[in-house]
Amino acid sequence: MYREDNTRSKAFSRRALILGGAQLGLAGVLVGRMYQLQVLESHRYKMLADENRINMRLLPPPRGRILDRFGVPIAENRENYRALLIAEQAPDVERTLDTLTRLIQLSEYDRRRILREIRRRRSFVPVTVRENLDWQEVSRIEVNAPDLPGVVIDVGQSRVYALGERGAHLLGYVAAVSEKEQGDDPLLELPGFRIGKSGVEKEYDIKLRGKAGSSQLEVNALGRVIRELDRQEGQPGHDIHLTIDLALQNFAIDKLQDKKSAAAVVMDVNSGEVLALASVPGFDPTAFNTGLSRSDWQSIVSNPYAPLTNKAVSGQYAPGSTFKMVVALAALESGAISPDLRVFCRGHTQLGNARFHCWKKGGHGWVDMRDAIQHSCDVYFYEAARRAGIDRIAEMAKRFGLGDATGIDLPGERAGLIPTRKWKKGAVGVAWQKGETLVAGIGQGFVLTTPLQLAVMTARLANGRLKIKPHLVRQLEGGKAPAEAQKFDALGVSSEALRVIVDGMNAVANDRHGTAYRARIEEEGWEMAGKTGTSQVRRISKHERDTRVLKNEERPWKERDHALFVAFAPVHAPRYAIAVVVEHGGGGSAVAAPIARDILRETLRRDPTGAGAATTAGKGVPPPARKGEREA
Amino acid sequence: MRLNLTADRGPMTLGQKLWHFSWFFLLLLCVIAGIGFGMLYSAANGAWDPWASRQAMRFGVGLVLLLAIALTDIRIWLRYAYVLYVLVLALLVGVEVMGVIGMGAQRWIDLGFIQLQPSEVMKIVLVLALARYFHGASLEDIGRPGFLVFPLVLVGAPVVLVLRQPDLGTAIMMTMTAAVIFFLAGVRMWKFALVGAAVLGALPVAWSLMHGYQRRRILTFLDPESDPLGAGYHILQSKIALGSGGVLGKGFMHGSQSHLNFLPEKQTDFIFTMLAEEFGMAGGLTLLGLYMLVLVFGFAIALRVRNQFGRLVALGVTGTFFFYVFINIAMVMGLLPVVGVPLPLISYGGTAMLSILIGFGFLMSAYVHRDVRISRHGTSEDD
Repeated sequence: MYREDNTRSKAFSRRALILGGAQLGLAGVLVGRMYQLQVLESHRYKMLADENRINMRLLPPPRGRILDRFGVPIAENRENYRALLIAEQAPDVERTLDTLTRLIQLSEYDRRRILREIRRRRSFVPVTVRENLDWQEVSRIEVNAPDLPGVVIDVGQSRVYALGERGAHLLGYVAAVSEKEQGDDPLLELPGFRIGKSGVEKEYDIKLRGKAGSSQLEVNALGRVIRELDRQEGQPGHDIHLTIDLALQNFAIDKLQDKKSAAAVVMDVNSGEVLALASVPGFDPTAFNTGLSRSDWQSIVSNPYAPLTNKAVSGQYAPGSTFKMVVALAALESGAISPDLRVFCRGHTQLGNARFHCWKKGGHGWVDMRDAIQHSCDVYFYEAARRAGIDRIAEMAKRFGLGDATGIDLPGERAGLIPTRKWKKGAVGVAWQKGETLVAGIGQGFVLTTPLQLAVMTARLANGRLKIKPHLVRQLEGGKAPAEAQKFDALGVSSEALRVIVDGMNAVANDRHGTAYRARIEEEGWEMAGKTGTSQVRRISKHERDTRVLKNEERPWKERDHALFVAFAPVHAPRYAIAVVVEHGGGGSAVAAPIARDILRETLRRDPTGAGAATTAGKGVPPPARKGEREA
Repeated sequence: MRLNLTADRGPMTLGQKLWHFSWFFLLLLCVIAGIGFGMLYSAANGAWDPWASRQAMRFGVGLVLLLAIALTDIRIWLRYAYVLYVLVLALLVGVEVMGVIGMGAQRWIDLGFIQLQPSEVMKIVLVLALARYFHGASLEDIGRPGFLVFPLVLVGAPVVLVLRQPDLGTAIMMTMTAAVIFFLAGVRMWKFALVGAAVLGALPVAWSLMHGYQRRRILTFLDPESDPLGAGYHILQSKIALGSGGVLGKGFMHGSQSHLNFLPEKQTDFIFTMLAEEFGMAGGLTLLGLYMLVLVFGFAIALRVRNQFGRLVALGVTGTFFFYVFINIAMVMGLLPVVGVPLPLISYGGTAMLSILIGFGFLMSAYVHRDVRISRHGTSEDD
């Protein structure tokens, strides 16, 4: 028995030692692993632990202001009080919302959005209940704070525009970043961050945006902030000084306001500074920031007067008679005609089987170039265009800034269209017809221009030497004015030819028989030179021409003529150029010219250099012999 | 050979038993448990509630049980080993049935101050039953393959039940503990090799029988970083916590991983990670050293005990304890899949604490009655 137990005991001891050894070995494995993790790879894990623990939070910089040429703010930031709801602090979210609905306006739609966001986010993340609270609402919430567990008032910044919808096209608006716009800047991923979506806000967005600050926060595994470890302030966005004159912009909109759809551009003929850039109707830029309802959006989009379009740079119109200066210069400079050429207008001209009509049924009789501009005789320009040819006209038009985007610092500018033989072959696939040259000669047919291009054209005519270019920014904060950096190319048109044209434009406004005599500037020394234009948007049928051409007022709005007027002033020492387009407004002389006159006079009045020591004598230039007429 | 006088003098008095009791061992357990209370205090961000205080209370209850078991004659435990086994097996079947009938998978019995998991207690009772069986076996008996059928049934029944729960960690621990006793009893090495080969061969079958989450755990164990936010999250965060602790740690209550809740289950399965984050490798090695001391003590007792039952119980309990330690620490360091084995005496949880202390009670009983000789038939040789 004992012996038996002895051998068993020995076997047990032997095996116990083996077992102990094995367990010691396994413990050694644990020690080795500990050494590996905590000594050899410790550095890597320390970094990973910090990555876990530390959260960078961006601090959005305040957006730069936009100021007018005199330093008056047009777009700035205002403190925006908003109510936030932190779900975990509200024992009963529904009850809190009920109480809140009695204090501030809260739609059923808002309510559903809030509840949805609360469900989606973690309970300590604040959800926006409503933005843009006024003082009364804020104080009502604060007074009732004990009944509103979880509701806090927060101050954010929102964009306000001094001009409201009057500057909406020019300044654009800011709104939340869309998925497509996500880029390198981490600011863009910040919820609630706004970027410029159109206008100056978009063009200079990077400058206005500034640089983000950052805050290093210690967070737990759920993302809740425990404390701030470090903070770096960002760089606020740059202020931008525009060339725009806030008061003049307002004045221009006032003048266009009663038109359904119109645009006007005022610019300095020497520097290219744009003083006013108006387009009506406008839209409320803050509506896009705070969020549009579906029905509001629908009504904007379906509005036939296209309130979202900046017609000053994106509206393309046949220039009509305002194109005639370019045709005249093309013919003169190429030697196709001489300034003394006289053409007999009997109301129409014949080319092959086709008959081309002058706007004046009975004809103008014998006219020279000055007369032709003054009376806007179409037959003269049919002849000038026929002699010059379309390609020469196109070349001159390009020299005056037509047919190409002007390069103004605004998004969405369109190039218009100046046709050439080559263009038609390529785009339409059919060879150029001679008759089309005649139609182009009076600014109809394929020719399309934007109001801004017309202003640039007029400014170059007035300047006479340089291809001035339009721009909107006078100065970036701390930077140079882009205008100073800009060297304009020479225009390369002879002054003799220009003198004839300007003479004609002077007669348009200041000769008693000029097409815009009734819209002249009477102050001595401020007189303007201009050109009316009325561009057809429909074809006048043979039948209609034989019986009676319908008056504008008798046609539906969409079929009425566009009214155009371009001008500069003062005529003897040009300072400012203007282009006005009233969509489907009727005749240029009756509709567009008075608007242009008023704006131009206001521009001169506001000129701090006192461009003209104008008197209100109202004498003007002595009237010529011939009888004044209505033009087309 | 030295004659044992004590055994010949009949039953031991209480004084003799207390004299034979290893107070040093008790102190060692208290030190380890104390470390546990400290970690639970830290896990609760510097509060005794809800974990540390309740854990201390359970430890106190456990110590009383330990003493009671230790002072009870080892022969009584030998006699009732099968009875205890059957009782606990019945409880195991009971919760299994209740778990099936009831709505959830309730695997415990509520004793008021603790919720007792029969599977935990089974680990210890299984040691008793196997020790009882092999106590009466000569080496020749053990050589006969047929002799091993009964003990295999003893192991197999609870393992199958536990696997059905499904609790892979407990099943593995039971199997390994049983293997230790088989090994110590003298079962031939080639038989282990044979079983080992059979297990390897059965792995594909086992894989096909596994629950989805069990498979996922094994897969993420093999490559935790493939799914850093999903199932691999626990292992990865645990390794980050351990590694970032470095040699000396981040300081008591300053473990960022633990206190910012990146570390899951920091008061239970991952408490070693928290310790190693706050006290570094130094803290980890200290605790491991204390555990090794317990182990050495267990071996010393086993070699000193003069009856086969006591020897087998002593090393069976020690082995169970070792597997707890090894599997848990290897698991939080990413060496083994996360199978849900607590760190003994430290992890928050009543059943594990109690079953460990009960186990040590049997170990102590073997030590206190080390000089008692017991015949192969379960009676004192001098009876």
